[in-house]
Amino acid sequence: MESFIPLVQDNLDSVLWFQPEMALTFGTLLLFVIDLFWRKSPARVAYLTTGAAAVLGLTAVLLARQPSDATPLFNSLLANDAFANFFKWIFLGAGGLTIFVAAQGKDFPPSRIGQFYALLMAIVLGMFMMASAIDLIMIYLSLELVSVVSYVLAGYRKGDRKAAEGSLKYVIYGGVASGVMLFGMSYLYGLTGTTNIVEMAARVEALQTTGASLAATKIALVVAIVFVTAGIGYKVAAVPWHMWCPDVYEGAPTPFTAFLSVGPKAAGFALALRFFHSAFAGPPAPETGFAEALGGIPWPAVIGVVAAVTMTLGNLTALGQTNLKRLLAYSSIAHAGYTLMGVSAMSDLGTKAVMIYMLVYLVMNVGAFVVVILVAEATGSESILDYKGLARRHPVAAIAFTIFLFSLTGLPPFAGFVGKWYLFYAVWERVYTPGGGWYAVLLLIGALNTAISLYYYVRIVRAMFIDEPNVAHPPAITARAGYEILLGLSSAATIVFGLWWPYVDWAQASVRIFRG
Amino acid sequence: MFFFNEGNVLSWATFFPLVGATAIVVLLAVKYLANLSKRAMDEASRWIALVTSGLSFAAAIAAWTMFDSGKATVQLEQHFVWIRAFNIEYYVGVDGLSISMVLLSGLISFVATIASMPWWSGTKAAEMAGMHDDGHDDPHHPKHFSIRMVPGYMVMLLLLQTGMMGTFVALDMFLFYVFWEVMLLPMYFLIGIWGGPRKEYAAIKFFLYTLAGSVLMLLAIIGLYYNSAPFALVDGTATAHTFNLVELARQGQAGQFGRAGAILGFDFGKLAFVCLFIGFAIKIPMFPFHTWLPDAHVEAPTPISVILAGVLLKMGIYGILRFNYPILPEATEWAAGALAVFGVINIVYAAFVCLGQTDLKKLIAYSSVSHMGFSLLGMAAMTPAGISGAVLNLFTHGIISPMLFLIVGVIYDRAHHRDIGKFGGLAQELPEYSAMMGLAFFASLGLPGLAGFISEFMVFSGAFPVFTTYTIISAMSVIITAAYYLWAIHRMFLGKLNPAYKGYPDLNWRERLSLYPLGALAIVLGFYPQAILGVINTTLHALIQNLRPL
Repeated sequence: MESFIPLVQDNLDSVLWFQPEMALTFGTLLLFVIDLFWRKSPARVAYLTTGAAAVLGLTAVLLARQPSDATPLFNSLLANDAFANFFKWIFLGAGGLTIFVAAQGKDFPPSRIGQFYALLMAIVLGMFMMASAIDLIMIYLSLELVSVVSYVLAGYRKGDRKAAEGSLKYVIYGGVASGVMLFGMSYLYGLTGTTNIVEMAARVEALQTTGASLAATKIALVVAIVFVTAGIGYKVAAVPWHMWCPDVYEGAPTPFTAFLSVGPKAAGFALALRFFHSAFAGPPAPETGFAEALGGIPWPAVIGVVAAVTMTLGNLTALGQTNLKRLLAYSSIAHAGYTLMGVSAMSDLGTKAVMIYMLVYLVMNVGAFVVVILVAEATGSESILDYKGLARRHPVAAIAFTIFLFSLTGLPPFAGFVGKWYLFYAVWERVYTPGGGWYAVLLLIGALNTAISLYYYVRIVRAMFIDEPNVAHPPAITARAGYEILLGLSSAATIVFGLWWPYVDWAQASVRIFRG
Repeated sequence: MFFFNEGNVLSWATFFPLVGATAIVVLLAVKYLANLSKRAMDEASRWIALVTSGLSFAAAIAAWTMFDSGKATVQLEQHFVWIRAFNIEYYVGVDGLSISMVLLSGLISFVATIASMPWWSGTKAAEMAGMHDDGHDDPHHPKHFSIRMVPGYMVMLLLLQTGMMGTFVALDMFLFYVFWEVMLLPMYFLIGIWGGPRKEYAAIKFFLYTLAGSVLMLLAIIGLYYNSAPFALVDGTATAHTFNLVELARQGQAGQFGRAGAILGFDFGKLAFVCLFIGFAIKIPMFPFHTWLPDAHVEAPTPISVILAGVLLKMGIYGILRFNYPILPEATEWAAGALAVFGVINIVYAAFVCLGQTDLKKLIAYSSVSHMGFSLLGMAAMTPAGISGAVLNLFTHGIISPMLFLIVGVIYDRAHHRDIGKFGGLAQELPEYSAMMGLAFFASLGLPGLAGFISEFMVFSGAFPVFTTYTIISAMSVIITAAYYLWAIHRMFLGKLNPAYKGYPDLNWRERLSLYPLGALAIVLGFYPQAILGVINTTLHALIQNLRPL
């Protein structure tokens, strides 16, 4: 009984640090309740949107008040640290932008938009916990929370075949991936006797040297790591776990696609970084710990290969796409590949590069999807053919899209270049480490991929500015002012963040991952 | 100019066009609010472009007058910390090499801006060129580029000018790369929107080639930064690495990058050299990376061809002399032989290709490839005459080839084709035009007394002691150059007048305004090359002081 009291005490103390998540939890429930009222009111969407925005706003206020010093919470289920907070801001940004876009659009009928908001809050909550989970059970639960709700929202469009196909694929892939991950976790628990990934680091290290039957231990470790990586790889849509991505992106309502491409992806990377840096890189040498051939396998090189294959396959497949949402899906696979370069660097600089990349990716990719929504509402089509002549039909959208696309390519002076610069530099830094020569090859592949990706991004630019429209004089598009404001702001941010880098200092301050 | 001083003149030269571009964008917003007529908007953006481009040129001249050519050091510096998080500075300045390019860039930009106007054309010439706006958009008969989407064109042209000028004055590696890439986007649109029939293909080819080169360059830049020795920012903050090109050159001379560790068994210096070199070689363009150039030139509107030939091609050689030569001296000596070989291939191969051209613009495009080979050969020799000749060749080619493209533009505006074989006897109908074309052709083929001769002669005399065989081969190709030019003159201007061209108007004032200054310079530099040599010699001779081809 006496040993029980400190556990309770710790849980009670932790609640103080858990305010943003609690706001989201109650917000989700509250939105479900609000959804029951004003069923016929014309202002229904406005009420619900205000409610959702208020929940996110309150969460933001609480998050801003949150001390960022590293603390384990709830008996080491979660960790509060600056690293997690950085990602939480990205999630809030993604959620807020999605709500803003969804409220304007036609994707969500007023009768069902309340559900969407409530479920979206639930995903944001899941991502919050993914970013700070330091326990296998918590990792699994938060991942599942994000996944299960995503399955529902991916199939939100009732009676739409593509939505049904995408959603079903998502469920099947997701189910297999999380099953595999859970299986890997069970091995890890069996080997180390703990579910806490911070404690795990030391025990894994002990296993390496003192394991009773070393060969068997090593094999089990390798299997465990591969399986856990599969679960994470599925979340970030890395090859070979990417197959769900284009179908889900195409079938889901576009605002939610935009959210999927930035939110859960960033959460997946947060999880990957924390997992690899905490569980397998003990305090003695965090910089090189993981590189020390855990189980006899050069893990950074394995991740490097996955990165190279992911970006190359994503880019090459994107070359042939004509549906904009599918094209952006393959482009997001390619970007997952670039970002994995930062993970494979296994250094603080690599972590920082991933954080920066996810932040700029949020700005430019959501912007790109807003243009897709805007055009789809006017033409009812997501085909690249219907972007012909967009420069004359809606110049603002065309110019903004051009900025986003060049930023996605990674050209200066846009923000995408800053992200790419840090990723490349993080990889470069490792070239001279012992056995790090392959990093130079990875860099070369990354650089050439940039040139490949230009081709399909510019194809869109060409359609908008150079190609003649399908019909002689297509009418001008009048878009909702909300879209135009959002496009203006995000394209301005894409340029400003390319020339002025305050967020780099912020990432620098948040780079240290909680290691006990 | 009263507000230019030594600390800001280069920034003015760089950012005047950007100010103009911003003004046009603001004006576009005003247009929507205040219902300005399209005509007023077009005229206003033309004036803004002309004035800001002119101011940029004025700043370039001011910089040239302030420059002390007796010193080999960097002058007219402006220097402050830009992005502290990565030790990036805003650092501009010029030495003898870059001041010549700044001057050229300012001049050619201004000429190209004049050539972008539909003004002062004379009624008949304007009508033949299709320069009057009847308000109709017919995709099959596109309007003259000078009256199509004018504000957009001017914004792109001005952005391009900022990018070019910035590339020549940047002395921070990162800043250089930003300007270098900033040039790509407007160029893509200028070719892609306002170009000829195969504009899409030409524009994307240009973009892909250049980007492929510049990502390799990016890797080399990151590597150079990473391997550089500690230095300090301008405000005194100590840094572990540096982007400062002046400091990098100093460290390179001291062997910093020759000592850097090998990567996968390859020497870092050589790898960096190759990556940078490919990036620059695509821009030169050097065989076998030259195939984007004929397409881009043929499809681009005249003023853009002028800028391409006059300034953009110079960036390749400039980059090699700014990066490879000073920062990687060991690798440069190692690669000198290859540079010379590629130079010879450029000279000879492109000259032969010229012989086979029927499209006048393509002929001139390939002749640019050929002429850039002289620069490669001259700089590979690493002798004072060779390297000065190489850079002088940049300048003279930068005067002559814009002239040639303007001349092509004149006849294309009237005849709407460029097929050399279909003309004939034009000298009778267009005497003034024929005279200008003769001047440009003779200057380009290296007639003594005109600008091209001096630089070719210097290259040959500089390269002869080092690469005797190559020089002899290259010098022989001058005969081919003469052949294709003279043959073109023969087919186009001499003989009986083709009756189809009866009554064609001769040069109008816009064409005179852009052609005569260049023609005058081609003659002046033929007699007085010292105007440029005096500025560049000190810097260049210091650059090759310790270099010898292996």
